[in-house]
Amino acid sequence: MFEFTGRLKTLSYILILIGIISVGASFFTGRGHDEAHHGHEGTEHHEADGHHTEGHGDAHHGKDEHHAEDQHKADHGGSHHDDHHNSEYFEEHKDNFNYHKSASRATPDNNHYHRTMAEAHVDKEHLHHQMANKPWANLLVNNFFFLAIALGALFFLAIQYAAQAGWATLILRVMEAMSQFLVIPVMIMLLLVVTGVYHIGDNHLWHWMQEGIMDPESPHYDEIIAGKEGYLNGPFYLLRTLIYLIGWVGAAMLLRRMSLKMDRGGDVAAQWKKMRNLSAGFLVFFAVTSSTSAWDWIMSIDTHWFSTLFGWYTFAGIFVSSLTVLTLIIIYLKSKGYLEDVNENHIHDLGKFMFAFSIFWTYLWFSQFMLIWYSNIPEEVTYYMARFGEYKGLFFLMLAINFVFPVLVLMSRNTKRNYGFLVTAGIFIIIGHWLDVYIMVMPGTVGSLWSIGLVSIGTFLGFAGLFILVVFRSLAKAPLVSKNHPMLLESKYHHI
Amino acid sequence: MSSTTDHKVIINALYDDDDVLLKGVKDVRAKGYHVEEVYSPFPVHGLDHAMGLAPTRIGTAAFFYGLLGLSTAIAITYWMMIVDWPMNIGGKPSFTWGYNMPAFVPIMFELTVFFAAHLMVWTFFFRNGIYPGRKRLNPDPRTTDDKFLMEVELTGDREELMTLLKETGAIEISEKTDQNA
Repeated sequence: MFEFTGRLKTLSYILILIGIISVGASFFTGRGHDEAHHGHEGTEHHEADGHHTEGHGDAHHGKDEHHAEDQHKADHGGSHHDDHHNSEYFEEHKDNFNYHKSASRATPDNNHYHRTMAEAHVDKEHLHHQMANKPWANLLVNNFFFLAIALGALFFLAIQYAAQAGWATLILRVMEAMSQFLVIPVMIMLLLVVTGVYHIGDNHLWHWMQEGIMDPESPHYDEIIAGKEGYLNGPFYLLRTLIYLIGWVGAAMLLRRMSLKMDRGGDVAAQWKKMRNLSAGFLVFFAVTSSTSAWDWIMSIDTHWFSTLFGWYTFAGIFVSSLTVLTLIIIYLKSKGYLEDVNENHIHDLGKFMFAFSIFWTYLWFSQFMLIWYSNIPEEVTYYMARFGEYKGLFFLMLAINFVFPVLVLMSRNTKRNYGFLVTAGIFIIIGHWLDVYIMVMPGTVGSLWSIGLVSIGTFLGFAGLFILVVFRSLAKAPLVSKNHPMLLESKYHHI
Repeated sequence: MSSTTDHKVIINALYDDDDVLLKGVKDVRAKGYHVEEVYSPFPVHGLDHAMGLAPTRIGTAAFFYGLLGLSTAIAITYWMMIVDWPMNIGGKPSFTWGYNMPAFVPIMFELTVFFAAHLMVWTFFFRNGIYPGRKRLNPDPRTTDDKFLMEVELTGDREELMTLLKETGAIEISEKTDQNA
């Protein structure tokens, strides 16, 4: 039986403390911006634009200010363009422009759709929202990433039961423990949704929640967004998040309880069959809700934009990050002398999963990207234009970490059986998929004001601490192996 | 004739179950005999390990075949679509490979798979000496149906080996005859 004590526990408390400080600091400094901004109310847009660099104390913004401003102007159409800026912008991007012209590609400037849609917003207000969004977006990125890890573990657990898989029986308890974490990020998600819908604390993560955006009389009116009112409206949105909460967390808790009941003996076969039925039902529920939750929480940030593949693309990211964390936890437990029946064949299989789903993620990423790139329809391509602008370096770095790295490192059979290689690849996959979530969320919420600094890392560490605390406490509460499981023997003799 | 003296004497042991065969191979090798070859109607899991065969290098070969396919795809798309006959397809940049790369990814993927798969099969055929008109090596046609055959080189006492093979569960034991193949 695993005992959760000592350094790991201390570490988790320290990490949680770091996280609380980071989140607190982000909201506190965010508020500081807010006041500063209100102080300038009524001044020209250019001044407001200038000052957004003042308060940051963040080298990134100083450096990129010019670029950010240009980008911002370009984003919001011609009203603020003057010759000076235009020519400078042109000089800077001359090659790009010639190339764009000859290739008749969409750019912020020739993209009529992009411009007219953006013109509908008042620049100053938009910028204010982006700044106020920084702490919220940071929370959303990290929260969604850890939600993904717990949710992916629950999905994998349900797959094992529904498919009557034998090989993984020895590691089911680890998946169970990971899925117990789910309740925390889903509750935080609910908090984010509630603050967004009721406009609490300057949360403007989801653009369609803006007041008056669906009202034809309002200056904020946006015809396209108004057309989506049937799905994207406050009550239904809240209801959906509640349904996810109940369905997912309910399944996680029930599966856990049934698994513990199995330990106490009785009619194990009947219990196992009940778990199978529950898992099968959950998988149907998950098939729908994994897509809809991705639309709700992530895709509706870029409200105009849509992609039919988005749910699956997000799911692929969810699953591969979760498998990676599962592998890392098992390797940790083995290195501490637990799970002695888990042999290199189980580890090899987990390595295969990490490898295969990294490629699966890339496949879906590319499928989504290539169709949009090839058709080059303005309303679709805006999504990637935002990501090829301010986020270009991060975007390609993320792609390299998530595809090239796992493919090359985990391709060989020997590396999939080697803890060192698996841990290295695992850490990179986690960083890569965190960046993936970051790039999904940030362009639509904070635009050019992004920065990965102490706050982002601190929040990540805080969630990691919370995750460690909950997961390892669950692990310590029950034996690491379900001793009455009907497939235990098969797992013990698993050989590939 | 001298041929009988410098010939290896090969004993064929026939089995009717793959698990029994697998255990037989292990037992025979544990006694210090050399298992020349095993014939089986289907791949038996773990048999290569039990026979002490060197790990296959086909994976490494496949990687380089894939690399070759990828390079070929890059070369032909570059030559055909950029150098030799640039075409304006949907306004995509037809004069630079790099910017047009996403359009070529399906080709790169397909040729990587094509080269890796085909060359792996041909490598397998070549390494195993399988080609049309090859004289058959299989000593017993029943191994293509439901029997398994193990060839053991006779070293030491003949009776001892025979008893050992019987003990491992062989249903038929005979000496290999058509040695000149």
